[in-house]
Amino acid sequence: MDITKTHIEKDYKAGQPLLSSCFSRSGEYVFVGSEDYKVWRFQVSDGAKVEFDTDAWVRALCISHDDKTLITGGYDGRLIWWNAKSETSAPTQTINAHDGWIRTLALNPDGKTLASVGNDKVVKLWDSTNGNLKQELKGHESYVYNVVFHPDGKSLVTGDLYGNIFDWDLTTGEKKRSWVAESLTKYDKTFRAQIGGFRGMIFNEDGTQLICSGITNVSNAFAGIGNPSVVIFDYTNGEQIIEHLSKGPLKGVAWNVALHPEKFIISSTGGSGGYLLFWKPGEKEPFHQLKMPSDVRDFALSPTGTHVAAVHSNSHLSICKLDEKTT
Amino acid sequence: MKCDYACGTDSHLLARRQFLGAIGGGFVVGGLGAFTQGVAAEHLKSNQMRVLTIFLSGGVSQLETWDPKPKTDTGGPFRAIPTAVPGIHISELLPKTAQHMDKLSIVRSLNTKNGDHGKGRYQMVHGRNQMPGIDNPHLGAVCAKGLERAASPLPGFIKVQAGGRGNDSAYLGPRYNSISVDGAPPANSARVAGLTPEVDQFRQDLRRKANQQFLARRRTAETDVYAQSYEQALQLMEKRDVFDVSKEDAKEHERYGKHDFGRHCLMARRLLENDIPFVQVSHTNYDTHNENFNFHLEQMGEFDTPFSTLISDLHARGMMESTLVVVMSEFGRTPRINARYGRDHWGNAWSICLGGAKVQPGAVIGKTNENGTKVIDREIDHGHLFHTYLSAVGLDSMSTFNIAGRELPLADPSRSAIHELIS
Repeated sequence: MDITKTHIEKDYKAGQPLLSSCFSRSGEYVFVGSEDYKVWRFQVSDGAKVEFDTDAWVRALCISHDDKTLITGGYDGRLIWWNAKSETSAPTQTINAHDGWIRTLALNPDGKTLASVGNDKVVKLWDSTNGNLKQELKGHESYVYNVVFHPDGKSLVTGDLYGNIFDWDLTTGEKKRSWVAESLTKYDKTFRAQIGGFRGMIFNEDGTQLICSGITNVSNAFAGIGNPSVVIFDYTNGEQIIEHLSKGPLKGVAWNVALHPEKFIISSTGGSGGYLLFWKPGEKEPFHQLKMPSDVRDFALSPTGTHVAAVHSNSHLSICKLDEKTT
Repeated sequence: MKCDYACGTDSHLLARRQFLGAIGGGFVVGGLGAFTQGVAAEHLKSNQMRVLTIFLSGGVSQLETWDPKPKTDTGGPFRAIPTAVPGIHISELLPKTAQHMDKLSIVRSLNTKNGDHGKGRYQMVHGRNQMPGIDNPHLGAVCAKGLERAASPLPGFIKVQAGGRGNDSAYLGPRYNSISVDGAPPANSARVAGLTPEVDQFRQDLRRKANQQFLARRRTAETDVYAQSYEQALQLMEKRDVFDVSKEDAKEHERYGKHDFGRHCLMARRLLENDIPFVQVSHTNYDTHNENFNFHLEQMGEFDTPFSTLISDLHARGMMESTLVVVMSEFGRTPRINARYGRDHWGNAWSICLGGAKVQPGAVIGKTNENGTKVIDREIDHGHLFHTYLSAVGLDSMSTFNIAGRELPLADPSRSAIHELIS
């Protein structure tokens, strides 16, 4: 695999600018949220589309472990369960889950518990199979941007607009501790508004590191003048290990983050042109930056680690192969 | 020697604040005293009109406020919600304001043909386009003069914000310039510490006696105004509490919100209750080229409670019939959503909200097309709005100010009020 030869292998067009991206576990499909208030399923091989009428913008997408169910979290606060493989999709279950936007969904390691977070500041845990509410975790004082389960399944980490990272004990439902990702949030005194939050949040494989993405060095929140950033924390003590930045540096937000099986880190950026960014562990600067045709708003890494599905503000879905072109 | 004010009248020979600045190094203000609610209502009902403008700086999005277009290519993620007026929907970001739309109206067909902050602000508060070499008075100055309370020692045009004196009355003269207050009594407005009331009274009596001797032989218009200004300043000093928002009950602060905008809206209520003719409050910032939706979520969330509380209070106190309230901005924002989830400057099809005084409540004037990219009915601009504001408070917007023999129109003569909005 030669990452520096990453290229767009397939380019598919949707009707409206895209918001979110999620691979099916088989790698056969990519689900994308769109500004047309729908989620679209693209078949990776030929671009064949199926519509999921969510009736809301959707940035939170989640695929069940058996790959049969898609769960969407909408800006209308609804969780909707869908048959992921159906050709004529209709919801199998709908729940009014949150007051306001749902920003992120996450499944626990055994796939039985779904976590949802959003603008009502409440973290909710659901039975992913039947949608029964299992637990509510309260304590955030601003919009909750992201959520991720620890690989051991006993803890859950959430992050909010103000950069607060909460570590929850799922046995007791109590917050164990918290710390602040200082570089990923800022109050812009000129514009009198907070900018930041966690646009991506994942654990490394053994759960020793928490990897977060967003925007840093913001000098003008309302013009989006800042730099994409990926920050890695030592999960045992909450201390920052490294901040990965872009060459240039680029302007914009690091929309999402992924850890490749070969240990390098991937992120995407949009705000002043789109890029895919690749870092080696321990190196601040990326070893590769790939210019994309349009601002990237989200991406997903394929289950096999061979492709990235990047969604763009120009309504395109780019299926990028993380290697050289095959002849 | 006469002061060189444009109109040359005695009332302009010595500007109030010029005098106040001379005695205090700042200005001295006051009012009719802090009314109790009942007294205020009775007093204000029988008196003149007044105006409150709330300026949303940076350019608020009409799509996230007064003219939502949900489920269109420009609509964004927010929904429209019903209001107290059947058939009128506004953005879900304004749930509390929605409950008071029966006291307010919306103009959805504003085309100011401008996307520049400075020019847009000028248009909206002067009612005309900014032209080189021509200065027009601010709406606040026009109202301060047009609605002037002859017996009141209070300034007529107050901006609730940090700062000092404005220079925004143009040819109307400095008497009608704005004064900025930020919720605290102005500096130098209290009697000097260590000066007892008795000693102060003796001082004033001595001054008056000396004046009388002087005036007996050398009385002129200038000396009269000079002497009168001292008396006015004394009255103002007695009323300094009008500007002290901390005098409001803690529960009121709780209702309005303990942030700048909440405090400023409470301050505006206090000023209007004390019959200030024109009050301007600002809320910043809405210039959301980036993350328009996240930022409007924050800003409108902060706006909704204080604004709706203020409307509710003005209504409950019987003041809406005599108080014009306008929520304006320098322009709207583009229907098109950019790559950063932002909206850019847009003056071609946007909205304002207004109500009270003679404004017909519960009305919607004008219309934009399905996705808000252009006005398709009853196009109006800032000139029409300026006429409408003046008409709503009983001023003849087609009349003129006589300034040193020149007839200067209150509003752009090429425009007229939105007559169907005025009851």
